Amino acid sequence: MGKATFRIWTGQAEQAGFKDYATDVGEGMVVLDAVHQIQAETAPTLACRWNCKAGKCGSCSAEINGKPRLMCMTRLDQLDLSMPVVIEPMKSFPHIKDLVTDVSWNFRVKKSIKKFKPRAPDAPDGTWRMQQADVDRVQEFRKCIECFLCQDVCHVLRDHHKHPEFAGPRHFVYTAALEMHPLDTEDRLGQMKDEGGLGYCNITKCCTKVCPEHITITDNAIIPLKERVVDEYYDPITRLFKMFKPRK
Amino acid sequence: MSDYQTVEHDVLVIGAGGAGLRAAIEAAASKVSVGLVCKSLLGKAHTVMAEGGMAAAMANVDDRDNWKVHFSDTMRGGQYLNNWVMAELHAKEAPDRVRELEAWGALFDRTRDGRILQRNFGGHRYPRLAHVGDRTGLEMIRTLQDHGIHQGIEVYMEQTVTTLLTDGGRVVGAFGYDRERGRFKVFKAKAIVLATGGVGRAFKISSNSWEYTGDGHALAYNAGADLMDMEFVQFHPTGMVWPPSVRGILVTEGVRGEGGRLLNNKGERFMFNDIPDLYKNQTAKDAEEGWRYVTGDKSANRPPELLTRDHVARCINREVKAGRGSPHGGVYLDIAWIKEKIPSAQDHIKKKLPSMYHQFKELAGVDITTTTMEVGPTTHYVMGGVRVDGVTQMSTVPGLFAAGEVAAGLHGANRLGGNSLSDLLVFGKRAGEHAANWARQQGAGRIDEAQVSQAAKQALEPFDRPNGENPYNVQHSLQDMMQDKVGIVRTEADMAAAIEGLGALKKRASGVGIAGNREYNSGWHTCLDLPNLLCVSEAVARCALDRRESRGGHFREDYPEKSKEFANHNTVVRKNADGSMQLRREAIPAMREDLKQVVEENK
Repeated sequence: MGKATFRIWTGQAEQAGFKDYATDVGEGMVVLDAVHQIQAETAPTLACRWNCKAGKCGSCSAEINGKPRLMCMTRLDQLDLSMPVVIEPMKSFPHIKDLVTDVSWNFRVKKSIKKFKPRAPDAPDGTWRMQQADVDRVQEFRKCIECFLCQDVCHVLRDHHKHPEFAGPRHFVYTAALEMHPLDTEDRLGQMKDEGGLGYCNITKCCTKVCPEHITITDNAIIPLKERVVDEYYDPITRLFKMFKPRK
Repeated sequence: MSDYQTVEHDVLVIGAGGAGLRAAIEAAASKVSVGLVCKSLLGKAHTVMAEGGMAAAMANVDDRDNWKVHFSDTMRGGQYLNNWVMAELHAKEAPDRVRELEAWGALFDRTRDGRILQRNFGGHRYPRLAHVGDRTGLEMIRTLQDHGIHQGIEVYMEQTVTTLLTDGGRVVGAFGYDRERGRFKVFKAKAIVLATGGVGRAFKISSNSWEYTGDGHALAYNAGADLMDMEFVQFHPTGMVWPPSVRGILVTEGVRGEGGRLLNNKGERFMFNDIPDLYKNQTAKDAEEGWRYVTGDKSANRPPELLTRDHVARCINREVKAGRGSPHGGVYLDIAWIKEKIPSAQDHIKKKLPSMYHQFKELAGVDITTTTMEVGPTTHYVMGGVRVDGVTQMSTVPGLFAAGEVAAGLHGANRLGGNSLSDLLVFGKRAGEHAANWARQQGAGRIDEAQVSQAAKQALEPFDRPNGENPYNVQHSLQDMMQDKVGIVRTEADMAAAIEGLGALKKRASGVGIAGNREYNSGWHTCLDLPNLLCVSEAVARCALDRRESRGGHFREDYPEKSKEFANHNTVVRKNADGSMQLRREAIPAMREDLKQVVEENK
């Protein structure tokens, strides 16, 4: 396939900027291969995160030609190599160096969400019984590899910087997985409504589009959560009933 | 120069995959202070890549299963070099460890009556692997992670430990740096659990993630601990072979568990041509019986594709060498053929093997529901590791524990698929528990400033050589050589050459240099990985040279048979005072009578 140019965001703070690297490309190569080759040939200090190189760990998130993607799952033969391939770090998080950003905020948000609380076991031996159909619904959410590309693309975080008051699509998926877990008994709706800022999401579905695991984030996770919040907090008839019913 | 921050814990766990997380959770449960160090971000460790499932004799699918059968399968798979104490504990405790995961939120695939479903896997007599499609590892690590973050464990993300600190032979801490900023840190601890995984990055074709640079092996070795069974490296029979950039990425055994067959370029199902005696009466006689087995017929025996990994890998290797391979040097793995057997085969494959479908579609442009895959052996797992006490997981260095892939013993000469995830849980828990006990009994150790300055000096040396050799070049040379000379088929001459080659590579590694600063400097990180990779490579080569027979994952072309002379000992290496590697053979303690009986009954 010959040579291609990769225009990579390098450096730190004010000194950061684009730098072009040319390297040989071959059949089946992905963007991460090119970055590794560049590290080995000309830029050994170039920083990028990666682990599995198989689309399973969600470490090598970046923006390739402006689109949030995993570098290990982006094949060069799907890109126009007649122009430089532009590789940038994620923009929703503080930049550290080259392609690496500080994603620790995500880990703090997750920790703040109420943990899994199972119902009492179904069988005397301490085990539960669940049907595959009930499990299937949640397994979609549990495919999430925490690449944070959905957080990166979400305009509430990316453009409006609402990090302190908005949990972001990843954590709505996480919460939906817990709320719809067949065994879970906790209630996180109030938390999502208030601290999670669920209402900020105006369902533009950008997160769904970039998800490398093809999780239908908006339709299957966020909208059902929004509906449940509405039922719980804003539905006048439910409210009326609740006046006579003790809360669980 | 040795400007550093100090943090202090009772128990420090190094490595945050399945074993490390489980150890940290257990230690935290006994109310000691726990620090958990991960080289990457939390939840990214190599465990995420495990696909097939975790083996536990819960007998949810076949009620003939129990710990005795699991124990016997594990010992047979390990060719009886296993630490039988560990094999017994593992078989007995794995079911509880799996159920515990469910109580923490894991969602396994279900049986019709709503219990945890179990699937067939190579070397396991009955369907035994609890699983979630083909992404069981992700489910496991995420469950442990999401549970672990609420247990009061202090997590240190993206930190590398370069040296263990000792006080009078006992481990008292660790020295490392944070990858983001390059700042030094001393972790003071009364007990340390190593859970750093394996050594796959020492080889060119590997299914392992970058983190698998043998850090824990080298840390333990340099602190004076024994490493054992290092000659036993598992080459998984099915890795991707095309395109080149994905070479080595794992293709789960689950494909074969669901009925996938291996074919050579003549369309021949070659696995039927070579069935070892040890497995003759447990293997299907023809394709029909094999299919009945994978679809749950209890009277059928397993197809030969589900023989142990070492055997399948060598058969593939032989087909390729004999010119019967696929265009890119592998063989064909065919799951699409099951459409002859079941009407909705395409959906069935997508449902049962979603990640594989995805992986081939996106990386190779192959639709596995209609087309065969090209596969070949890939470095997958190291059975060898830190020699530990089977009950407590403490190494030969007081206060230093090891669990998971970095520890040796459970798997002997070869690991069965599915026994790794259960290993992480069973022995992660044990290591955490005993490390906490140990920590409670010990006073604080003394951190030796001289050791700290030495470690800091060593870590910074590559910056003194801005014009030194590029560390990536040395890493690539090492990987090429190990692949070529200490790989799936070994000979005396090749390995002797490898040991010589390692000497030369060590010299090159001491001359590598890096420019730039300490902040997220990938080249610097690679410089510091090199000594670990070289250490484990030498251990593998020396042990493999000493074992003049073929057994389990270790295959010698010049000694292709098993030998009685080598049947009763493990190979152990330790660091001599002069820094050289000392090798010795250690007799395996005789198996307890009741366990012998169990093995006999399940032959």
